[in-house]
Amino acid sequence: MNAWVRHLPVLPIVVPLLVGALLLLFAETRRWPRLLLTVTGTLVQLAAGISMMVLTTDSVPDVWSEGVGVYAIGSWQAPFGIVLVVDRLSALMVTANVTLALAAIVYSVGRWDRMGVHYHSLVQFLLVGLNGAFLTGDLFNLFVFFEIMLAASYALLLHGGGPQRTKMTLHFVAVNLTAAFMFLIGVAMIYSASGTLNMADIAVGWGRMSPEDHEIAETGAAILGVAFLVKAAAWPLNFWLPGAYQAAGAPVAAMFAITTKVGVYAILRASSLLEDATTPFGGVWLFYLALATMVCGIVGMLAARQLPRLVAFAVILSSGTILAAVGSGVPAMTAPALFYMVGSIFGAAAFFLLTGMADRMREAPTRQGEAAATPPPTYTAFAVGEPPDPYSPDDEVGVAIPAAMAFLGLAFICCALLLTGLPPLAGFIAKFSLVAAAVDALPSDGSFGREWLLILLLLGGGFAGLIALTRVGVRLFWSVTGRQTPRLWISEAAPVAFLILICIAMTVAAGPAMTYLDSAADALETPDVYIRNVLGERAESP
Amino acid sequence: MEIIVALAIGVLTASGVWLLLRPRTFQVIIGLSLLSYAVNLFIFSMGRLKVDVPPIVSETTQDFARFADPVPQALVLTAIVIGFATTALFLVLIIASRGMTGTDHVDGQERDS
Repeated sequence: MNAWVRHLPVLPIVVPLLVGALLLLFAETRRWPRLLLTVTGTLVQLAAGISMMVLTTDSVPDVWSEGVGVYAIGSWQAPFGIVLVVDRLSALMVTANVTLALAAIVYSVGRWDRMGVHYHSLVQFLLVGLNGAFLTGDLFNLFVFFEIMLAASYALLLHGGGPQRTKMTLHFVAVNLTAAFMFLIGVAMIYSASGTLNMADIAVGWGRMSPEDHEIAETGAAILGVAFLVKAAAWPLNFWLPGAYQAAGAPVAAMFAITTKVGVYAILRASSLLEDATTPFGGVWLFYLALATMVCGIVGMLAARQLPRLVAFAVILSSGTILAAVGSGVPAMTAPALFYMVGSIFGAAAFFLLTGMADRMREAPTRQGEAAATPPPTYTAFAVGEPPDPYSPDDEVGVAIPAAMAFLGLAFICCALLLTGLPPLAGFIAKFSLVAAAVDALPSDGSFGREWLLILLLLGGGFAGLIALTRVGVRLFWSVTGRQTPRLWISEAAPVAFLILICIAMTVAAGPAMTYLDSAADALETPDVYIRNVLGERAESP
Repeated sequence: MEIIVALAIGVLTASGVWLLLRPRTFQVIIGLSLLSYAVNLFIFSMGRLKVDVPPIVSETTQDFARFADPVPQALVLTAIVIGFATTALFLVLIIASRGMTGTDHVDGQERDS
């Protein structure tokens, strides 16, 4: 038993890798074995994620101490080998990620996984990259997992084909490749100054460098920060995002709701470990950059005419909010920001899934839709045969749910409440605690504090989101002409309901959730614990 | 030696960035390739430039100053492989884009059409 628990941190990386590879052995036409395999694999990862969350609370003695689990790959001890490090934050991110993937996989059964080949394998490879990026304790390994995630997301963005997707993937790949080069430059500079790639070891050596080395390391960190900010969609590095997310298929866009948070996670982790670094993970400029990102998100939401584009800008707004909370330098804001992050990931993902269904409301399933116009080129390329008609009426998975319009409307309202932060859902609790923490941090002598700007934008963002969503909602649901009731399959409706239910559960169990997140934020505040557990006695020796 | 490597990296980066900002997909992919060469050279040089020293410590290694850092070499290898794969994917994309839109502009359409 204990031996299995020891190997727990590597499961969220190895299991999707194996499942994704095994799926390639099954022909595309054998849908049920493939589905069984991919769902089982995802459930195993979910179980691993939840057990890691339980173990990091130290409720089970003698497994991990102080809420940090370290797994030395191949038993090569840090800092010479690559280590996986589980703490509360990474366990939470892995669990949220796998939960989201489960919803996206079930959703795609209805239609999306037949729009191209190897959909399920690609989702599993995306999971390898995401889980690995959350778990790794090595800077270069982080780059490798970033690239795995990106490679899978390029193919997933392209999933379904069509000129629009091809064009957007072209931009997406070019931007992300350039960001990857900056990542490499940053890593190389930090390595040349510190002589190590282990994040904990870099943190130990950060204060002990000679002034010349320190300059190189700070420059490297700044370049690295740019690469993270591209991924986190911070203004002005986020112009690739709205078009790409709009063009992506609904389940893919839902998965992408968390890929931006990898950048945010990396910045959180780096700012926790490199506490005394002046750039770029500490300091005021991240705060103002995040505020600019929020403004960009707000303006974009107000200007957006289509629902997917609106939700894409909401993703930018949520990235900006979390970055602002990190950059504000107020420790009390970290836990609410994490709560906000989880809520906004699920909210935005549910919204993207909903968008895929609401799209069918406006137009009859004609062959003029861009997805139907071009058969996926991969089908001919991989010689799978003729692509199935994605709109074929005789669908074997199709169990249509009753009251489709009522469901769509209700889900829309729930998602809108989540994204704008209105009571009674999780978004409200997150925003309320963020504002409360910001108010507490205001200067007591009544002078102007920059927290005011954050409060203003938080409330303004909610208000702007409400206006924009009301407008789109009215046009979508209340316009009399040209609307038809879509057939919703239960496999599509259930994931949306599932994600919304999680957010409701987060609202009901806000107390325990906040306790967990508070301890996660505490762990980020005290990087010594992380460093001590990763490096052992090496941390103390000079 | 240092000046030659520095110049090579600088020229490759400058040409790469310039090509990256051009409107044709072929120019962009060549720009990305040049940038990746520059970055690979850069990572390599971050392990300090040394001539005629092995990267492996053996029992006969007396002086650690006469020893090349193996880690950047391993990093470069990884970066080359990853960059190669993504460039290949990008190549497929630009061919698909050319086939679907009939133009090699990065936006899929000419500016004034």
